[in-house]
Order: sequence, then C-alpha cells, then structure tokens
Amino acid sequence: MGVVNHLPTRRELLVGSSALFAWSQMPRIARAEGRDPRLLVIVLRGALDGLGAVAPVGDPDWLSLRGDRALVLDGKTPALPLDAFFALNPAMPNLHRLYKGGKAAIVHAIATPYRERSHFDGQDVLESGLVKPGMTSSGWLNRALLALESGGRVDPRGSRALGIGSVTPLVVRGSAPVMTWVPQKLLPASEDTQNRLLDLYQHTDPKLATVLQARMKLASLGGAPGTGDAMSDDPTLMPPGIARVRAYFAEAAGTAARYLAKPDGPRVGAMGFVGWDTHIAEGAASGQLYNLLGALDGAFAAIESNMGAAWQETVVAVVTEFGRTARINGTQGTDHGTGTVAFLIGGALTGGRVIADWPGLKPAQLFEDRDLKPTTDLRAVLKGLLRDHLRVEERVLADAVFPGSADVKPMGGLVG
Amino acid sequence: MSNSAKAEAVLALHRFGMGPRPGSIAAIGTDPRGALIAELDRPLTLTAAANLPSSAKAYRTVADANARRTARAKQAQQQAKKQQMAAAPVMSEDQAQTQGQTQGQGQEKDAAEMAAKQAADAIPDPGRPIYLQEAKLRTEAALAADIGFAERLVWFWSNHFCISANRIQSMSGAYEREAVRANALGRFVDLLLAAEGHPAMLFYLDNLESMGANSTAGINRSRGLNENIAREIMELHTLGVRTGYTQDDVISFANVLTGWTLVPPGADPEHGGQFIFNPRLHEPGGQTVLGKRYEQEDAEQGRAVLRDLAAHPATATHVATKLARHFVLDVPPPALVEQMAKTFRDTEGDLKQVAIAMVSSDEAWRAPPSKLKRPGEWVVGMARATGITIVDPVRFTGGQELLGEPLWRPSAPKGYPDDEASWIDGVGRRLDVANNFAERITGMADPQVIIEDLFASEIAPEVKQAVGRAESRQQALALLFMSADFQRR
Repeated sequence: MGVVNHLPTRRELLVGSSALFAWSQMPRIARAEGRDPRLLVIVLRGALDGLGAVAPVGDPDWLSLRGDRALVLDGKTPALPLDAFFALNPAMPNLHRLYKGGKAAIVHAIATPYRERSHFDGQDVLESGLVKPGMTSSGWLNRALLALESGGRVDPRGSRALGIGSVTPLVVRGSAPVMTWVPQKLLPASEDTQNRLLDLYQHTDPKLATVLQARMKLASLGGAPGTGDAMSDDPTLMPPGIARVRAYFAEAAGTAARYLAKPDGPRVGAMGFVGWDTHIAEGAASGQLYNLLGALDGAFAAIESNMGAAWQETVVAVVTEFGRTARINGTQGTDHGTGTVAFLIGGALTGGRVIADWPGLKPAQLFEDRDLKPTTDLRAVLKGLLRDHLRVEERVLADAVFPGSADVKPMGGLVG
Repeated sequence: MSNSAKAEAVLALHRFGMGPRPGSIAAIGTDPRGALIAELDRPLTLTAAANLPSSAKAYRTVADANARRTARAKQAQQQAKKQQMAAAPVMSEDQAQTQGQTQGQGQEKDAAEMAAKQAADAIPDPGRPIYLQEAKLRTEAALAADIGFAERLVWFWSNHFCISANRIQSMSGAYEREAVRANALGRFVDLLLAAEGHPAMLFYLDNLESMGANSTAGINRSRGLNENIAREIMELHTLGVRTGYTQDDVISFANVLTGWTLVPPGADPEHGGQFIFNPRLHEPGGQTVLGKRYEQEDAEQGRAVLRDLAAHPATATHVATKLARHFVLDVPPPALVEQMAKTFRDTEGDLKQVAIAMVSSDEAWRAPPSKLKRPGEWVVGMARATGITIVDPVRFTGGQELLGEPLWRPSAPKGYPDDEASWIDGVGRRLDVANNFAERITGMADPQVIIEDLFASEIAPEVKQAVGRAESRQQALALLFMSADFQRR
C-alpha cells in the first residue's frame, strides 16, 4: 500500500494521540452530529447504457426503440420491476433487494455537463468536476475532502481517501493525501477489449486473429466460476472469462469496503471498473452488459457485507462518463450517447425510488435525435450527497468542488 | 526526415533493436543502417555490474549458504530423533513386531525431516537475490540503449550458449556478463572458448565430474566419462546437427574435455568456483576428433579442438543461419545466410563484421515483418515505448515466466526457439500482460504520443483507428501493445 504526501512534522506532533486521529479523519460537521459517514465512488469507464441497465418499460415508445433487444417484464430473462414505469436489468438481484428495502436509489436521464462523445474527455469532466476537460489534475472528491478540514489542513496520516487500482482515479486525486490499494488479481482484459483486438487482427493479421479466437472460444467454454482454465498451468493467469471479472470486481469493491469500515480507516474512496463500451453485441438481457452488471451487482453485495455496521452510514455512488445511443446500432450494440443512469446504494440512503424527470423516447424527445436526453445534472446529485452526507458547505461545493455550478442546486433528500 | 526514412528507422528499431523509445527515431537519423553499425562501436558499459559478484563469488556465496543449511538441518534432525527416542515407550521385541513397526518409524522419520527442513529454510538462499539483481541490470541495459542492436546480439548469443538458472542460478547472470557480453562483438572463437570454459557451462552440461577411464581418478573409481557437453558443443554451439560428426567424435571430444572443471568452493575461499583444469580427471594421451589428431596434454587439447570447430565451415553456416533466423525471417533468405557465412569465414569469425554484413544486406530489410517478437523483446518494447528506465526485477522476471520465456531458464540446452509457431499460441497470455501493464502505466503514457512520436506514425491505419476509438486510455494502450505492428518485426 502506498501512501503519498506525508506531512512528517505534523505527524510527529500527533504521534501517540490516536483518538485525535480518529476524530480528525471524520468530516468535521458530521462528526459534531455524532455521525461517521462513508462515501465510495465507483466510476464505470466506457459509458454505461442506462437504458440497458434500467429500462423504461412503461414508456410507450420503448419497444419500438429497442425492438427485440429491449428489456421487458415478460421476456426470457424478465426485468425486475422497480415501479410502474422502470424495471431493473435481471442481472442485478442484489440492487433490486436493496432498492425494495429503501437502501438504493436510481437517477435516470442523468449526465455531466459534457456534451461531446470522447471517453477520455468525458471521464475527465466526470472526475474533475469541472465543466470542460483538461483543466485540472485534481478530482472533485479530493477537493471536497480538503474543504472539510478548516483552513485546508489535511490529515497527517494521509489516510482519509482511498484509491483502488494501480492508477488512482482522477476523482480522488489531488492535494488531500490518498492511500491506494491494488488488487492482487490481474484484471483480465475485458470481453470488449478482446473483441476490439480480434477485429483489429481480422483486418491486419489473420494468424493472430485465429489464435485469439481460439482463446476466446476456450474462455467461453469456461469452467465453474473461479476455477478458470483447466488447461492452464498457471492459476494467476486464467483466460479471461466473466468469472474472473466477477472475482475482480468483488475483490476490489469488497476490499475498499473493508478499509472504509475500519474505525481509523479512510472515509471516502474511489475505484474504476472498465469494460462498459458495448458497441458490438451489447447483450443487455443475456450477454456482455448482463454479465458486467451482474459483476457490479456482486460488488454491491461485497460492499454491503464487508461494511458491517458502517453500512448504515455508507453511500456508494456509481457513475459513468455518459450514456449510449437510445437505438441499437448495426452491430447489435450501442454507440456513444449522452443521458444515462447513476446508482446510489447504502444504508444511509433514502432510497426505494427512481428519480427521473423523464424526457420521453420519441425521436424529437431524444438528444440530437439519438441519445436519451439528460434532464438531471449529475452534479446536483453529487452535491446533494456531499452536502447532506459529508456536510460540505454549499458555497464550497459551488466554488471549489464543482466550480461554476452555482446554478446547479444540490438535490435534497437523498440521505436521511 | 522523409516518410520512407522514418519507416526504415522504425523497422530498424523493431527488427534489429529493442523497439522505439522516446528520442530513438531522432537518434537513428536518416541512415538507419549506419546508425545500427555505429552502435556496435559503442556498446553499453554496465557500470552497475561493478557492484555485482563475479560468477565464482556468487557460486561461493550460495555454496556457503548451502553448507550452512545442510549442517543446520543435520543438527535439527539429530535433535528431533533424540527427543523421539527419549519420548518413545519401551516396547518388547514382540510388541514392536506386532504393532506396525514400520509405521512408527515412518512417523519419526517425517518429524525429523520436517525439523531438518525448517532449520534449513531459516537460512535464505542468496542465489535468488543475485539472480534478480542481474536480471535488473540486463533489462535496464536493454531499456537504456538508443537502438539496442548490441543488446539484441548479447541476448542472441546468450540464448545460443544458454545455461539454465534452474540448475545454476547463482552464476546465471554473471555467466552472461563474463562469457557472452564480453565477446558478443568479438571473434566467435573467443566467445566459444569463454562459454565452454566457463564454470557455469561446465556445471550445466555435466562436465565437472566427467573423467577419463584411464585418468588417475578414473582408474580408482567406477565413475567415468560424460558426453553431454561434447555433443552439445558440436550439435548446438558450433557445427550444427547432422553435419558429419560421429559418435566416436563425440566420445573423443568428451575425453579431450575431461578435467575441465571448477575449484570446489569449500576448498578454496578465494578461488572456489573458478575454472580449473584438473589433470587427475583428464584422459591421458592424444585423441582424434573429426579426423584430426590432438596430442596436447592439458587444457590446450580442448582449446585446440574448440578453435578448429570455430573455424569449421559448417559452424559458419550454422551461426549465420541462426542469426538470420533470429533477426530477419523464420526461414531466412539463402542469399543473406550465404553472405553472412562468407563474412564469417573471410574474417575468421569476426562477429561484429557478421552483424554488419547482415544489416548491410538489402535482403535483411526487404523481408516482410513476419517475425513474432519473443516475450522478452516484446515486454522490453512495451517498457521502452512508455519511457520506463527502471525495472522491478521481481515483476519483470515474473512476467517473463508467465509468457513462457523465464529469463535464463530454457528447458533444454537448445535455448528458446526463434520461430513464430513456438510463440504464437502465447499471444492470448500477452493480452493479459498487456492489459495489466497498460493499467499500471496509463497515467504516464499517451497512446497518441507513442504512435506519433515513437512510431513516427508508421503504424497501420486500423491500429490508429482502434486506439482512437478505445473506451479508455488503458484499453488504447493494450490494443497498441497487442497490435501486429508492435508484436511483429
């Protein structure tokens, strides 16, 4: 575990006063109320298809829009009803359970202020909290942490923020110290990466294409989850299959939860999951997206169980850089779009509802006649969580955390 | 620089070097062939090697530790036995016979063995840290080279004259430095003499205790000759298989090499592990090898045979073929091989001139990039493209192992193969490694910069497109590293 930005002088001063540490790591105002809130941000890189995750089954244009690729309540794998209008992807029973118990909320037709369609720039806006890409090297979560300490002082032990993965996500990078934890398992190349590589090989190197295809075939035959490839002599490098993705998601998220749960551990964390760029054979009901959402659902279960008692004071925000086209493209997938969903889970939530100012799915109602039109600014949700859960002041949120967002009001009532 | 000059510079880096790295295109300039040749005039000096033990010192260090382990284990075993005997109830002979005597003894033995193993394990093996330091040094040399042609030649010759760290870990890195690196741009005969006379090779190919039937030691013992090194020298290192030598030649040559051994480490704290000719093991008298009589009485006899093997025309062809196969094509153009073999013969095996002959030949450049980089080249290529210069040897050697080319650990004296068919099925594993590496370095490497600056945009449009459309920088890097442009040369 690497810890950066030591402040040794202050650390020396505080050596031996562990009680003081514990207090100083708590968001200042929340602590005055006797609370000890946790916030974990999960970034889904590659742009999640919000309509494939949470389907507007009550919208009269839904079926005509997605055709036989539309999630429906009476399909082969029926979607899980959320309310009279929305239904959840069947791969997510844990989320459904949490939702029914009031510990999960879904915000639909949501987006950052970014309106172009580049992944890199979109992720930059999502994580930096700024309105344009390439403007800063710090993330909104880190700046929110800084604001919690009066005078911008930071915790000398450097353990208030946790980054998961060998690259600290931008959202948590910045001058507040970050500790990072890297999962031991090799993150397998995603199905999407393999498909892209296969496509590349098919156009440039048929021999390599044949080899890769054979390997993908082997992986698809699969073994029982976790057992990997019987033909491989090396347990650490099994062929990538959904079992490995599931294991990776669960390990990474579960470990984050364990650290956040510790009495003297970090209080906010961030991690990224890749693989959501489903241009080809999206498979919302039974393929790629279904598998990834299932892995994410498993990560939710790992978080809930590893948080222990701290679950009651936890919020997990799952966000993505943008959505995907409302219509299915020519390769049974979806292309880069705009509006999507955000998942909020945690014991601290006032959930059990889908929050949406539904824009409709008629051609004229779509953004640029192609994407789900965003009607909720993601920053409103995040500002609401930071204000009501961590107790970051509204003025600071508008100035330092999400600069230029004064007209985006924090969404109230998310935590209770 | 014109586009064709850039294309040739990129090809030079992939085919003859360690792959593009920041500034390497500029370093090559407009004359790639000249730049490759110029690099041979100024090969890297490994200054950090001064801090590493010589092969003999490394060998002594490990031997010392092993001796201490053995002593400690023996002590622990004896102690455990004593305790068991004290604790064992006294049984009559009858009881012992009826109550499964063997079983009881087995348990005692297990406990004693476990105690011995624990005691031995308490003393760490110093061989591994030495191996890792050597791996770091070698890999960082490959990352530091402007082009890496000289380093590629070191790697080639190291594989040609391979030993295995599975058998002689302590010396594996030092062997490469002392025998191979020191002679890779010199004359083949000197490289051959250095390699075959190196204690690591004599250990690896079982010559340490090989003795002539009529030698002083041989007369007194039931042990005798070991043919291994003699056969491998002729089959793999010099003439090549099926070039006319016979079983009698192998036996005679093995007799010639009896006595080539090392100073036992325990006996001599200063010279233990160094080469020594031990006349007590040496088969007396003259020997006939390939129809020539060798009457010398000592190590000179072996050196004379090695000199003649180095000068044999079959060796010139064998070496030229292997070099051309490694650098240019799995089935190298005969004209190129002949040109290199001729240079070898004309210059009495001047390896630098042979390398120059290769890169001066149009044949070496005209071949399509159909060679699949071996795992080591490919991994170093990724690191170079990223601008990495410092290596974590645990991670690096671990990666090499996953990809089937553990450093200095080939499974046989033939070394690692050099053809596409041997490596192509491992491409799937490369994807995992590329994906993982891309995740680690995604903050420090921009795929567009690698394509435009390091590759001078000399890369297939399909790759550029795939990189541009990737869902994340990590994916873009993984696709780039996995592209045919990056893996083939």
